[in-house]
Amino acid sequence: MKLNDAVVGAFLIALAAAILVHIQSYPLIPGQNYGAALFPGVIAVGFALTGIVLVVRGLRQRSPLVSVSPWLRSPRLTANFLAICAVLVFYILAADALGFLLAGAICLLALFLKFGVPPGRAVVIAVVATLLIHTLFYKLLRVPLPWGVLERFAW
Amino acid sequence: MNDILAAFGLVLEPYTLFVILLSAIFGLFVGAVPGLTATMATALLVPVTFFMPPVPAIASIVTATAMAIFSGDIPGALMRIPGTPASAAYTDESYMMTKNGHAETVLGADLVFSVIGGIFGTVVLVTAAPSLAEVALKFSSFEYFWLVLLGLACAVIVSMGDTLKGVVSLLGGLLVSAIGLDNPAGYPRFTFGSIELLGSVGLIPMMIGMFAVSEILRYAVSTDEHAEVFRAQIGNVFRGMWGLCKRYPWSILRGSALGTAIGALPGAGADIAAWMSYAMSKKFSRTPEKFGTGHVEGIVEAGAANNSALAGAWIPALVFGIPGDSITAIVIGVLYIKGMNPGPTIFINNPSSIYAVFIVFFLANLLMIPLGWACIKAGRRILDVPRNILMPIILLFCVVGAFAINNTIFAVTVILVFGVVAYFMEENGYPIAPAILGVILGAMLEENFVSSMIKADGRFLGFFERPIAGVLGVVTILVWGWPLVKWLRSRPRAAAPA
Repeated sequence: MKLNDAVVGAFLIALAAAILVHIQSYPLIPGQNYGAALFPGVIAVGFALTGIVLVVRGLRQRSPLVSVSPWLRSPRLTANFLAICAVLVFYILAADALGFLLAGAICLLALFLKFGVPPGRAVVIAVVATLLIHTLFYKLLRVPLPWGVLERFAW
Repeated sequence: MNDILAAFGLVLEPYTLFVILLSAIFGLFVGAVPGLTATMATALLVPVTFFMPPVPAIASIVTATAMAIFSGDIPGALMRIPGTPASAAYTDESYMMTKNGHAETVLGADLVFSVIGGIFGTVVLVTAAPSLAEVALKFSSFEYFWLVLLGLACAVIVSMGDTLKGVVSLLGGLLVSAIGLDNPAGYPRFTFGSIELLGSVGLIPMMIGMFAVSEILRYAVSTDEHAEVFRAQIGNVFRGMWGLCKRYPWSILRGSALGTAIGALPGAGADIAAWMSYAMSKKFSRTPEKFGTGHVEGIVEAGAANNSALAGAWIPALVFGIPGDSITAIVIGVLYIKGMNPGPTIFINNPSSIYAVFIVFFLANLLMIPLGWACIKAGRRILDVPRNILMPIILLFCVVGAFAINNTIFAVTVILVFGVVAYFMEENGYPIAPAILGVILGAMLEENFVSSMIKADGRFLGFFERPIAGVLGVVTILVWGWPLVKWLRSRPRAAAPA
């Protein structure tokens, strides 16, 4: 998805305005006449200036406001993209309840199937890879990966 | 002298040597698989290095990246796809050579001149960094303020393409660095009541998102899936290399020197070094017409340049804490975690660890000769690894790796958000490097500004009163002003035909 410079510019100007409003309540550093708002304020001014230049440039280019990149026209590739995002969201929501082993294996299996790995092989590799990553991080590196519903079987 | 002996002791420990060997194999693999980059290798290594002592932790990153930048050349020569962006400059040339029946020569040249470039860069690093640190010891907040601003300007200018988009990217990075409690006023900014955001977004998960998850997304939407791997018997790759050394001594020297310099510039790394030296090689060549037809000269020069850039990038990273490329951007985070805070005093407080890092650089480049040779031999088998299995596993690795830094699920949200953001930034031509530099240097910029203002009693002229600060200040203003001047001068001409 390619955005026209004008669209990005308008977004930056809006962002700058939002930042400037938000930082009004920031306190000063004691004894100085500036404070926590100075640095974000300078950034916001920068966004506003670059935003204006982008809008001017974008309007001159006369290209469409949004041009759809080739992969967005292919339902398969768009689904691939969304699958990766969906898998991560699923993990964020489900990891604590299901535990790493289940959530991780489900994530892998879903992506393998989406990317066309034959089902039998996908199941085997998903299970083995999850166990390997679990061993590396939980056993060797002592990262407290969640057990979730498998708590009783923790090893 | 004792420090150097101690450094050898640190490196030659069996544990460290084992880590170096494993990271070398990891680096060669990551580099050789298209879509996996040297920066991604570093980001994936960080969670693992978390649990190691400082020297092996740094050694693993040094070794893996050096190997990855070399092995990125292999798929370029065999399938016309660069393994890492640093090989993209001469991928077509390499593939042409392979097609003309010179696969041995091109792969041999990739290997030998990677080693030579890497060693050249290391020699410069070893000699330049400590002497630069002597100077830097005298720096106060004024000099650091200007230096950071100069580094940010560099990042915007050398990032290829649109300068304006580079500035936007930089501002975005600075904004991210402003999030959280860690600022001179100690006030929680942009946290919106979230406890997680008090500690900002976390550099390492952000890097994993921007360099690994975004790459996986790119794979997921790529249309060219099955490129053919060139099927040829590969004989002795070292044959004829001595001849090339004798024929192109200046190319080797020029490529290595330019590579080191580009590496040392903040924001530009091995990929830009390779593009620039390939162009330079063509310009100075006696036979520029042969470029593009399968001519080895540019490969010699650019192949040396991208490996020397790796070492060059460590110079500003170690001496000032300003990363020279995206790899050292991650390394700086690791150095802090390991209590080896970058800055000139690192050479006083931690001399043996620093010498150990230098030794690892030499060792990694020498180790590249046998391991690189083995990797070329195994090349075809590595390239046959199915990426539809590899990529999901790497994604799960990213998830666990990000989680491991602080043991919070919030880190997984960070990799998702920054992965998607980085993907769309690249798709729209916004360079990533300035954003990364902004995130890393934002806090340093603000801190040094505020303490300078307090020291100077609020007078801005105080920023120019110390001699080095004055010079740095003027240079910084000139560098920042330059694109504006260029833009103003080009306007009348650009407007005329319209």
